[in-house]
Amino acid sequence: MIELSLADIGRALASREISSVELTGIYLDRIARLNPQLNAFITVDPERSLAQARAADDRLARGETRALTGIPIAHKDIFCARDWLTTCGSKMLSNFVSPYDATVIGRFRQDGAVLLGKTNMDEFAMGSSTETSFYGPTANPWALDRVPGGSSGGSAAAVAARLAPAATGTDTGGSIRQPAALCNLSGMKPTYGVISRYGMIAFASSLDQAGPLARSAADCALLLNCMAGFDERDSTSLDRPGEDFARELTAAAGSRPLAGLRIGLPQQFFGEGCSAEVMQLVDAAIAEYRQLGAETVPVGLPSMDLSVAAYYVIAPAEASSNLARFDGVRYGYRAPAYADLTDMYCKSRAQGFGAEVKRRILIGTYVLSHGYYDAYYLQAQRIRRLIANDFAEAFRQCDVILGPTSPSTAFRLGEKAADPVQMYLSDIYTIAVNLAGLPAISIPCGFAGGLPAGLQLIGNYFREARLLNIAHRYQQVTDWHRQRPAGHA
Amino acid sequence: MKQWEVVIGIETHVQLSTRAKIFSGSSTAFGAAPNLQANAVDIALPGVLPVLNKGAVECAIRFGLAIGGEVAAKSVFARKNYFYPDLPKGYQISQYELPVVCGGSLSIQVGETEKTIALTRAHLEEDAGKSLHEGLGPAAQGRSGIDLNRAGTPLLEIVTEPDMRSAAEAVAYARALHALVRWIGICDGNMQEGSFRCDANVSVRAAGESRLGTRREIKNLNSFRFLQQAIDYEVRWQIATIEDGGSIEQATVLFDPASGETRAMRSKEDAHDYRYFPDPDLLPLVIDRQWVEQVRAELPELPAARRQRLINEHGLSAYDARIVTTSLDLANYYEATVAAAGRENAKTCANWVMVDLAARLNREDREIGQSPISATQLGGLIARIADGTISTSMARKVFDELCSGGDAASADEIIARQGLQQITDSDALTALIDELLAANPGMVAEFRSGKEKAFNALVGQVMKATRGQANPQRVGELLRQKLG
Repeated sequence: MIELSLADIGRALASREISSVELTGIYLDRIARLNPQLNAFITVDPERSLAQARAADDRLARGETRALTGIPIAHKDIFCARDWLTTCGSKMLSNFVSPYDATVIGRFRQDGAVLLGKTNMDEFAMGSSTETSFYGPTANPWALDRVPGGSSGGSAAAVAARLAPAATGTDTGGSIRQPAALCNLSGMKPTYGVISRYGMIAFASSLDQAGPLARSAADCALLLNCMAGFDERDSTSLDRPGEDFARELTAAAGSRPLAGLRIGLPQQFFGEGCSAEVMQLVDAAIAEYRQLGAETVPVGLPSMDLSVAAYYVIAPAEASSNLARFDGVRYGYRAPAYADLTDMYCKSRAQGFGAEVKRRILIGTYVLSHGYYDAYYLQAQRIRRLIANDFAEAFRQCDVILGPTSPSTAFRLGEKAADPVQMYLSDIYTIAVNLAGLPAISIPCGFAGGLPAGLQLIGNYFREARLLNIAHRYQQVTDWHRQRPAGHA
Repeated sequence: MKQWEVVIGIETHVQLSTRAKIFSGSSTAFGAAPNLQANAVDIALPGVLPVLNKGAVECAIRFGLAIGGEVAAKSVFARKNYFYPDLPKGYQISQYELPVVCGGSLSIQVGETEKTIALTRAHLEEDAGKSLHEGLGPAAQGRSGIDLNRAGTPLLEIVTEPDMRSAAEAVAYARALHALVRWIGICDGNMQEGSFRCDANVSVRAAGESRLGTRREIKNLNSFRFLQQAIDYEVRWQIATIEDGGSIEQATVLFDPASGETRAMRSKEDAHDYRYFPDPDLLPLVIDRQWVEQVRAELPELPAARRQRLINEHGLSAYDARIVTTSLDLANYYEATVAAAGRENAKTCANWVMVDLAARLNREDREIGQSPISATQLGGLIARIADGTISTSMARKVFDELCSGGDAASADEIIARQGLQQITDSDALTALIDELLAANPGMVAEFRSGKEKAFNALVGQVMKATRGQANPQRVGELLRQKLG
């Protein structure tokens, strides 16, 4: 059962081969058994989940079935869920029970999906290893002494270890794609504005975008169908006609289903910085795509080298402002003792935030300060436009851009924790996509030393369905994505 | 002694009369129990996002058109970052580099002089909540309370150039602005509830100096009287400080109405660095010409245009025209009165509205909108004065009766019911006068011996006999004929 695709689970539920309560029970048992060594979940509430499962079974019995009805889904603890503890991986929100549902959570609820639990993450999504969580690091199911990536590391570890059929994540600079790569999953960041940000605790508002983490591109398409859609509560949400993101997957195709597809290979993705073993796997994937009928063209993304620098100005700038609401006044952590108002602010924030969050608040405050704003923030915005222009230019010559997701396979817990710049560079291939607001997916493309590597496909705006199909065709002829970590039976 | 010139610029926070807040759906109604009108967005729960209220934008467009400013095709919301307990997000959403309205001007009158005050800009922003430090009862144990009902209430901040040269000009500007924002229906103007609050930037310089002196900003003046007092004090203080050899430090000051003094709240050194940057949660505000034109078409005739029309068409003096256009309600009342009384009686209508009615409203502490006498009733009454049916003094009695809310619907009804018509009929008056002269031979003799007083006494007798209804002028004429 735990290896079935979401579509097959849906069929099993609809035909009453299994009930949602039974299915949810299977996963809750696995979580109880395996989560202690992984620490993928911050909150599990079996009674609440099973109550949802019972309601889903009632719906299934009445035949009111949607694609995800009765299927348990794990959610990154960045999404506010009514009556659930919603911590964002921080001590600051360690006592925050949300009184409302994020739009994403509401959409899953509406479809009758079961909320299986809230997953671990880097504190306020700031990190690439899930090590900055107040709730401790999450282990990579492929090697327990290694990181699962981040910031959506809890979701990735949970799905990889089959503690959940699928999960949600958020991606500000690679936080879905990089953990997907490091945990052998398919993870997609859609075009900015496709999924509502309402109720998703903001890190960097102009970059944050939710997306699915699953075992295949086909599963991602089903999750995206549920998550995407206009939301009047989010002014940056895009009002577009609804679409079926799985529509291209089911189309009949011959032996060369991607004939005519032009894959752009930016030299910036194939230079120094990427480990040889990952590059070898990416090259093999390119060969596979040629077999599927695609042709490759060289493209350039000349400003991409500036993306990490620009990102680490823009994201902290927005974060420094977004996190100002966590002041101990209305909710969240407040220092137990303080002398006056200023002291309460200082102590509550000093005690409530971890080191990486403080580092980014300081950077962000600095770059927005009087006298520095032009040199840092405005300059970074200019770079952002250059990067978007680079992609626009590249997409004149190709349909999709391909490269590695992460420069290496999973690194050891603690290996980069002391060196923020090394940690920041693990997102070197993913960050430019967020700066441009483009959709991208990471899919498994093989193993090096027993650790999975990810292939990144970047599409033009709103080409999610196309990207999913390109990923799906690859997954039809490879079985990397079907590999599961040993030791998690 | 050296001559000093006072330079004043004013920033006004005008609370816009929208039903919902600027970035959330909660109500803006005043006076609810604390925090009952604050939803998830207003209290800044994790994950919530702002959505712009179009009604607030429309108010800004109305204002931009009313002052002849430029309504920006594209403006940008920015975050103004600072920590305060009644600022839930830790930043205020405002506009910084690109405001919704640029330029424009407002005409004011001080004494006989008319002056134009140039406006710099007007921008949309949200209000903060309120911190309550007193009156929380013993349970509070000296702690402060936070009421977020006001958080997110839409404000239009209107900034002038440093064009005013006296407290009187500043007050005239504030009054003109207050009248305008109510006139165009974007603000209720309730100053006690904080719907209209002024900050005055005040500096002084030697007469003839072209550079501006260092300014101090007096914050949060919520009455015209305080505005006047605060500026007067501040100007005296600044001049005295400089004349004593001191210099003015840029500062933000508060006015204490109890002592009548201003005192520094914070100096330039501890001024906040607000770290403004465009709010990534909101798209740039785009206003197309079509929207602007639609709002223009719905705009009422503006005060200046209305004044000019009343001068031209009603023959009012500039002074009268300004008074009856103090507010849209008053102007409409005045014009409705004229409609009932007839255009030829416009000046009389203006007098009644500005003097008799104003006194009555003032005594009863009412707004024109709550006038105890309708414009139609007043116009009907004035028509009866004009056609000689009743005297002015008799009219005041009818006016009082109409105001006191009896069952009479019109002046005509009261006149008819109580028989108050002036007696102008010569035959009736002649008969009465003959009777009187016969009964008072002594007075007649006194008059004939040259005592003019006796004549007035005789007129008084006639008026008394007719209970004031005789037309006094006619009585005089007839008496002179008889005694001739």
